Amino acid sequence: MKPVERRLMRELPVLRRHMTYSTVLALLTAGLVVAQAVLLAAVLADGFAGGGVLIAPLAVLVALAAVMALRALLVWARGLLAQRAAADAKRTLRDRVTERLGRTGPLRPAARRHGETVTLLTRGLDALDPYVVGYLPTMTATAVVPLTVVGWLLWADWTSALVVIVTLPLIPVFGALVGMHTAQRTARQWGLLARLGGHFLDVVAGLPTLRAFGRERHQTRVVGEMADAHRRATMRTLRVAFLSSFVLETVATLSVALVAVPVGLRLLRGELDLRTALTVLFLAPEAYLPLRAAGAAFHDSAEGIAVAERVFAMLDDEDGPHALEGVRATERAAVHALASHARTTHLRLDEVTVHHPGRTAPALRHASLAVAPGEHVALAGPSGAGKSTLLALFLGFVTPASGRVEVGGTDLARLDPDAWRTQVAWVPQRPHLFAASVADNIRLGRPDASDAEVRRAARAASADLFIEELPAAYDTVLGEHGAGLSAGQRQRVALARAFLKDAPVLLLDEPTAHLDPESEAAVTRATVELMRGRTAVVVAHRTSLLPHADRIVTVRAGSLDLDPSRPTALAVSHPAPLAAFRPAPLSAPQPAPTEGLLT
Amino acid sequence: MTTTPSLVAAPAPQRGSRPTLRLLRHLLPYWRRLLPAALASAGSDLAAAALMATAAWLITRAAEQPPLASVSVAIVAVRALALGRGALRYADRLLGHDGVLRAVAGFRTRVYEALVPLAPAGTPAFRSGDLLTRLVDDVDAAQDLLLRVLIPAAAATAVAVAATGAATALLPQAGVLLGLLLAVAGLLAPALVLALSRRTGPAEKAARSELAALTVDVTQGAADLAAYGARGRAEERVRGASARIAALERRGALTTSLASAVVLLLQAGALVGVTWLALRAHAAGTLAAVHLTVLAVLVLVAFDALAPLPGAARRLAEVRASARRLADLFDARPPVTDPPAPVPLPATGPLGVDITGLRVRHRPDGPPALDGVTLRLQPGRRTVLLGASGSGKSTLIAALMRYVPYEAGSIRVGGRELRDCAGADVRRAITGMTQDAHVFHATIRANLLLARPDARDADLREAARRARLLDWIESLPDRWDTVLGEDGATMSGGQRGRLLLARALLADPPVLVLDEPTEGLDPDTAAAVLTDILTATRGRTTLLVTHDRSCLTEADDIVTLDDGRIRSVREVDA
Repeated sequence: MKPVERRLMRELPVLRRHMTYSTVLALLTAGLVVAQAVLLAAVLADGFAGGGVLIAPLAVLVALAAVMALRALLVWARGLLAQRAAADAKRTLRDRVTERLGRTGPLRPAARRHGETVTLLTRGLDALDPYVVGYLPTMTATAVVPLTVVGWLLWADWTSALVVIVTLPLIPVFGALVGMHTAQRTARQWGLLARLGGHFLDVVAGLPTLRAFGRERHQTRVVGEMADAHRRATMRTLRVAFLSSFVLETVATLSVALVAVPVGLRLLRGELDLRTALTVLFLAPEAYLPLRAAGAAFHDSAEGIAVAERVFAMLDDEDGPHALEGVRATERAAVHALASHARTTHLRLDEVTVHHPGRTAPALRHASLAVAPGEHVALAGPSGAGKSTLLALFLGFVTPASGRVEVGGTDLARLDPDAWRTQVAWVPQRPHLFAASVADNIRLGRPDASDAEVRRAARAASADLFIEELPAAYDTVLGEHGAGLSAGQRQRVALARAFLKDAPVLLLDEPTAHLDPESEAAVTRATVELMRGRTAVVVAHRTSLLPHADRIVTVRAGSLDLDPSRPTALAVSHPAPLAAFRPAPLSAPQPAPTEGLLT
Repeated sequence: MTTTPSLVAAPAPQRGSRPTLRLLRHLLPYWRRLLPAALASAGSDLAAAALMATAAWLITRAAEQPPLASVSVAIVAVRALALGRGALRYADRLLGHDGVLRAVAGFRTRVYEALVPLAPAGTPAFRSGDLLTRLVDDVDAAQDLLLRVLIPAAAATAVAVAATGAATALLPQAGVLLGLLLAVAGLLAPALVLALSRRTGPAEKAARSELAALTVDVTQGAADLAAYGARGRAEERVRGASARIAALERRGALTTSLASAVVLLLQAGALVGVTWLALRAHAAGTLAAVHLTVLAVLVLVAFDALAPLPGAARRLAEVRASARRLADLFDARPPVTDPPAPVPLPATGPLGVDITGLRVRHRPDGPPALDGVTLRLQPGRRTVLLGASGSGKSTLIAALMRYVPYEAGSIRVGGRELRDCAGADVRRAITGMTQDAHVFHATIRANLLLARPDARDADLREAARRARLLDWIESLPDRWDTVLGEDGATMSGGQRGRLLLARALLADPPVLVLDEPTEGLDPDTAAAVLTDILTATRGRTTLLVTHDRSCLTEADDIVTLDDGRIRSVREVDA
C-alpha cells in the first residue's frame, strides 16, 4: 500500500468499513465458489457413473441453483456496498476540501486554482470510483479467495494443491520483475507522452489565434502528425507495459493446464475418482482469478490514487499568515460589548508589518494609523503599495507579522473575527456575485431582510434602475452561469449589500478602473451616501472620492505618509483640501477628464 | 471583464439522432486496423473457453480409462491453448491500442477541421477553458467506444456463438436453451445499465453543476462571504449539494451491480437446465458420458465471457454523452461563410476602414450588440476604442475579422465590402492581437513565426525590440528556443502581453487590431505596455481596444462605445 492509500484508510472510516465488508463478502463468495464446484462435480460424476435414478441429481441441481443464486446476491451486495462506499468517501473528501477552503485565508489565491478546485470537486473525484469499487474489493479477494480454494484443494487432492501453491506466487513475482524492468522505461516515456497528448488541447485552445494569422489549415496536418507521434510513443510504452499482463495471463492459464493434465493422467491410471478430478478442474482457475482481476484493476486505480494525492495536498496546504482563524477561540474576548459601541470605536494600526507569503519585501512596514469614530480616511498611492492590505488588516483577513491592530483599544487578534465583522461593511474592488438571485446577493449580510429593505438598499446604491431592467428583476440569477453585470453594476450591487448591512464601520476598495462615466458618477454618489454617519476607510484609486474624505493618507511602498501637521481626527465637516493629495510618481497614470471626450 | 462575443452555436438540425452511431461512422474507416484486434481478442477468449472445455473432455474421457493415445491429442491441445491464450491476449492488447489510436488520430483531425470555422464565435467551447478541456476529453472517448465497448462486445459474442454452436452439435435442445439464455443475458444486462444511466443521469448532472457553481462561490467569493458573516451558510449549501450527489449515487448503487447479478442468475438457470437436459439425454442413451461435462463447462465459460458486458455498457453510457456533444459540434453552423466568388482584397500598405451603420446581433432574437455604428479608421492613424465591459468593443473586432456576421450596415476596406471577401483574405488585411490570443506550448521563435512564417531572424528581433521583449528573450538561457509553458504559464503577465504584441507587430497587417492588450495586468505594467504599444504602432492603421484611459494622450483618434453605439469621437490633431 502506498502512503496515500494508508492515509485514505486512516482518515476515511467508510473505506475501512468497506474493506471489512469486502473481506466478509469475499470469504462468503469463496465458500460458495467451492460449494458450486463440489455440487456440479458431484452431479456430473453421478450422471457419468450410472444415470438411472434422477431424483438425487435433481436435489443436487436445486442446491446448485441455490448456491449460484446466492452468489448473484453477493455480487449485487458487493457492488451496492462498494458504490455506496465510493459515494460516501467522495462526499467526505468533498466536504473536507470545502471546510479547508473555508479555513484558508479569504484573500483570493491565484485564479488558476479556482478552476482546478471546482474540477477536482466535481469530475475529478470520480476517478476514485475505480479505486474504491474495483481495486479495493479485488485486493481483499486476492487475500481471501486463493487461500480458501487452496485449503479445499489440500483436503481434496493435495498433489493438485501443490501445483497451485507453487505457481500462484509466480504471478506477483513475475509481475514485480516485469514491473521493475518497465518502470524506468515507462517513466522516461511519460514526459514525451504527456507533451504529445497535450498538443491537441494546445492547438484547439489556440485555434482563434491560428485563424487570426491564417495558419489554421497548416495545423490540420500537424494535428494528424502529432497524434501519430503520440500513437508511436504510446505503443513503445505499451509493448513493454503489456508484458506484465502477458506474463500474468500465461502463468494463470498454463497453471490450469498444469493441474488438468496430471489429473487426467492419474484418472487414466485409476488413481483418482472423477468427482474429485472435476472439483479440482472447476476450482483451480478460481484460485488465479482474483490475481488476474487485481492486475486489471490496478491500472484503473492509478488515477484515483493520484486524485487522492491532490486532495491531500490541498488539505495540507497551509496558507500561513492568512489563517487568523487559527487563533484559539478561548483566547478571544467577547466582542458583544464592542458591538453597541462600534459607532464610537477608534480603529488603530500600531507599528504593523505584514508579509505576504512568497514575497521578500513586506507589504506594509511599521505602519501606524488611527481612525477616529465617524472619520472618513481616504487611502491614496500607487497600486501594490499596500492599500488593500491595510483594509484586509482591519477585516482580520491578514494577521500582522509584528505590531497590533486595535479596535476600540482591544487587539483584533483577541476578538472573534466573525463577531467583529458584523460591525464592518466591506465593499471590495471586484465584488463576487454569487450564483443566486440579485435579491439574495444583496441579502448576503442579512439573509432575513425583507424585499422592501432589499429594494431600499438597492435604491440607495443607485442599483434599482438597472436591476429592474434585468430579465427577472430582483429574482434574476447572477453568478458565473447567470446574467452578466458590468463592473459598475457589480460595484453597485456590493454597495447595496453594504447599505443593507448598515454596519457602523465601512471599508471600501474603489474599483481600479473600467467604469464608464455614468457608472462612475453613480458609484461615487452612492459611496458618499454610504459613508455618511459611518467610520470609513476607503481606498481611492481615482480623484472623485477624495473631496469627500476628511483626511488623505498616501501609502507608498508599504509605508504610510501621514501629514504630521494634521491632527489624527478631523471634524467631519471639514473637507480635505485637494492639494493634500500628492500623487506618487509611480501612481496610475492621470485619468483624462471624461467630459473632454464628448464632442 | 472579458466579453468575448457570446455567440451560441446554431441549434443542431438533427439533434439526438443516434450520436453514438455517428461517432462510430467517423471511426469505421479504420476497420482494417480494428478487425485484427477484435479477432485477437475473440481468439484469446475462445482459447480460454476451449481450454476449459478440452480439459473437461480430457478428464472425463480419462475417467473411462482408455489407452493413453486416445487422450494425447487433448493433452497437447490443453497445453497449446494455455500458451496461445496469453499470446493472443498480448496481441489483442497491442493491436487494439494501435488500431484505436490510429482511428483517434484521424478523428482528431476531423474534429479540428470542424472546429476551424467555429473559432472563436461559433461554439461556447472557446469561451471556457473547462469546456475546451472537456471537448478534448470527448474526442478521446472515441477510444473507449472501440477499446472498452465494441471489442469486448465482439469477443463476448464470438464466445457465446461458439459455445452455443458446440452445445447444439452435442445436444440440440441444450444448445437452444443455452443460446436463448445467453441472448437474454447479453441483451438484458447492458440494457439495464443503459436504462438506469438514462434515468439518473440528468438528476446527477444537475446536482453536479449546482455543486460546481456553489464551489466557485465559496472559493472566489471567500472574502465577501467572510466579511458578511455568510460563510457558514454558503458552506452549508455546498455540503447540501455534496450530500445530494452522494444520495443520488447511493440510490444508483442499488441498481448498478444488478446487471452483473442478472448475468449470474441466468448462468445458474442455464447450468441447471442444460445439465438436466444432458443427464436425461445420457440416461436415454442419446448423449455420450464425456459430453455431459463438456456441456456443463460450455455453459460456465460462455457466461463468463459475458461478464465484461455490464462494464462495457457503463462506458457506453458515458461515451454517449461525449458523442452527443461531438455531434452538436459537427452540426454547428459556422457563424460566417465565405461568398461563392470572393472579391480579392489588397493585403499591403496602410488601408483605411469605413464602417457605416453597422448592426450585429449575437442571437437572431437577441438585442443588437452593435447598432448603427459608424466609424472611420483612417490610414496610418491610431484609433483608441474606449468603452465599458459589454459595450460591444470585442464584437466590433470580431465583425472586422469576419468572425461574426453583420446583419445591417457595411464595412469597407480599401473600397471592398467585407461581406464579399473571403474570411482568410480579410484576416490577412485586418489582424493582430485578439482577446483570446494564445501562447502555444512551443518555443518563443515558433510562437512568433506563427504570425509570419517567412520572417527572418532580423524581423523577429525587430518585432521583439519594438515590443520591448528583446532584452528578456536574450537574457534567457535558451533565448529564442526557450519553450513556453501551457498558455504562457511560465511568463509573467507583462511578458505574455509583450510577446503577443511582438507577434502582432511581426504580422504587420495593413490594419492592426489590438483587443485589450493589457487585460489582467496590474495598472503599472498595463500603463508601460500601453505606452510601448502606442509608440510601436505610430504611422500604422491601428485599432486599439481598451478600457484603460491612461493612453489617451498618445492616440490619434479616440472613440467611445457605449451599449453598442458610438458615444463620442475625438480627433486629436497630429
